[in-house]
Amino acid sequence: MAEMVATRDVYGKTLIELGRENPDVVVLDADCSQSTRTAWFREKYPKRFFNLGVAEANMIGVAAGLALCGKIPFASTFAIFATARAFEQIRNCICWPKANVKIVATHAGISVGEDGASHQAVEDITIMRMFPNMTVIVPADGIETAKTIHWAASFHGPVYIRLGRAKFPLIFDEDYRFTPGVASTLFEGRDATIIACGLMVSESITAREMLIQEGIEVGIINMSTIKPIDRDAIIRASRATGAIITCEEHTIIGGLGSAVTEVLTEECPVVVKRVGMQDQFGVSGSPRDLLKHFKMSAEYIVQAVREVIGRKKRQ
Amino acid sequence: MAESIRELEDKAKEVRRWIIQMLAEAGSGHSGGSLSCADVVTTLYFKVMRHNPKDPKWLDRDRLILSKGHAVPAVYAALALSGYFPIQDLLTLRRLNSYLQGHPDMLATPGIEVSTGSLGQGLSIAVGMALAGKLDQKDYRVYTILGDGETQEGQIWEAAMAAAHYKLNNLCAFLDFNKLQIDGRVEDVMNIEPVVEKWQAFGWKVLTIDGHKIEEILRAEALSRENKHSPSMIICHTIKGKGVSFMEGVVEYHGVAPTREEAERALAELQ
Repeated sequence: MAEMVATRDVYGKTLIELGRENPDVVVLDADCSQSTRTAWFREKYPKRFFNLGVAEANMIGVAAGLALCGKIPFASTFAIFATARAFEQIRNCICWPKANVKIVATHAGISVGEDGASHQAVEDITIMRMFPNMTVIVPADGIETAKTIHWAASFHGPVYIRLGRAKFPLIFDEDYRFTPGVASTLFEGRDATIIACGLMVSESITAREMLIQEGIEVGIINMSTIKPIDRDAIIRASRATGAIITCEEHTIIGGLGSAVTEVLTEECPVVVKRVGMQDQFGVSGSPRDLLKHFKMSAEYIVQAVREVIGRKKRQ
Repeated sequence: MAESIRELEDKAKEVRRWIIQMLAEAGSGHSGGSLSCADVVTTLYFKVMRHNPKDPKWLDRDRLILSKGHAVPAVYAALALSGYFPIQDLLTLRRLNSYLQGHPDMLATPGIEVSTGSLGQGLSIAVGMALAGKLDQKDYRVYTILGDGETQEGQIWEAAMAAAHYKLNNLCAFLDFNKLQIDGRVEDVMNIEPVVEKWQAFGWKVLTIDGHKIEEILRAEALSRENKHSPSMIICHTIKGKGVSFMEGVVEYHGVAPTREEAERALAELQ
């Protein structure tokens, strides 16, 4: 059994490393620092930590101002507030002027769990993907989280990184190398390819093992950079297997599923099934129960794979 | 660098003449609010601020964030007259491929500090810049000009709270209190009074002046430097369209440029 790690915990630890390595790194939060783990940075580097209170729009503007004076701000709060509440501030104060701000949002997706619909950001990828100049990253596990946070600090420009609250399995080891804009192929497939992000990558690995029992071989691509998306990886997978399943704990409207199908439609249309939130709000429940309830857990990915393979054969 | 009050008054008049010419040439833009803040903008660029047109990104420069971005013709004129770019380029305002965009674009225009135009956001950016100055132990000052209607935005008050919380005495805001917004009188659309008490209650040192009197702008700005622990709000009572008789206090000139004929009349008045 793989070790279970919450990406937000890795974020907190990585920030401390960044704080030690680079005096220009500053951290902002909007009264969620205990939950986002930015409080860990504050303990070590209190002068470089700014709590802006429950005021996300202002936090984004302050981050932009710090960036325009040479700082490397990491601004964090829950994904719903970091993106949707501050939507236009991110557009006009960060993306338009290419301000060097890193928005690292935790508590993204349905896996927030018990807090329910108001706190479950299932639209943040869509929102962040729309803006020119924004890089959008959804790490698949704790290892990849640390690599992406380090990369974001070294890159000059706006970055959005989507993290979760819940613990989920590590899938990479320390040797894993993150390359922005390049998807990692975890398994080559024959019958279909799953393109997933975030904790849905480990869910997809479970689904793949179940499918092997049925003699079905699916490939898995970890599409951790959703923007700019790895078009070549999508095209290769579609040509190799002729069937694509996208998996995200996010609405299928505008998220990973949309990003992938945009490429497929233009380049090489094949049968597709998008697993994710089907244009609906979440409810309270444990992360595990919610993944089942909204038909995103491994057994439903298995069903989705069977469905697309069936459709492919009928073509 | 202009020295005397008289020279600054002449410079402000020159800024106003260019505002009229730019807007008439562009055929669109915000006349009233550009003219109402022209004296503050002129005083900042030609007397108060430490800046270098030959090195717009000089790290120790004072910074002006025009939070009411629609008044950017006033700033473009001041930048051109300071030597940031050729004066004749002002007449390209709002045209395709011009580096003088309809609202401030920091990536397009030398000397434009921050991209603004969406109201309510500039003060937050100013707070971030002032915080950075404190962190780096720099002595630069951060100035921002807010519109009165703009302070109806909730984010202004988030930023106001943060500026006082972090004791940003290196931050000095000017409120261009011209009493008019697009839909009418501020007090009718959404009353912002009591202005002085609001900013005081948010922890700011508040000064109230006639925003068209250069000596009052200078005196208030000098006083703002004495604050040890608070940001400063200089409430400038101004007249929308100031300097052009037929525009003064006329709400319709908020977002409308003068016609050629109106521009000629305006320029005659501004000689």
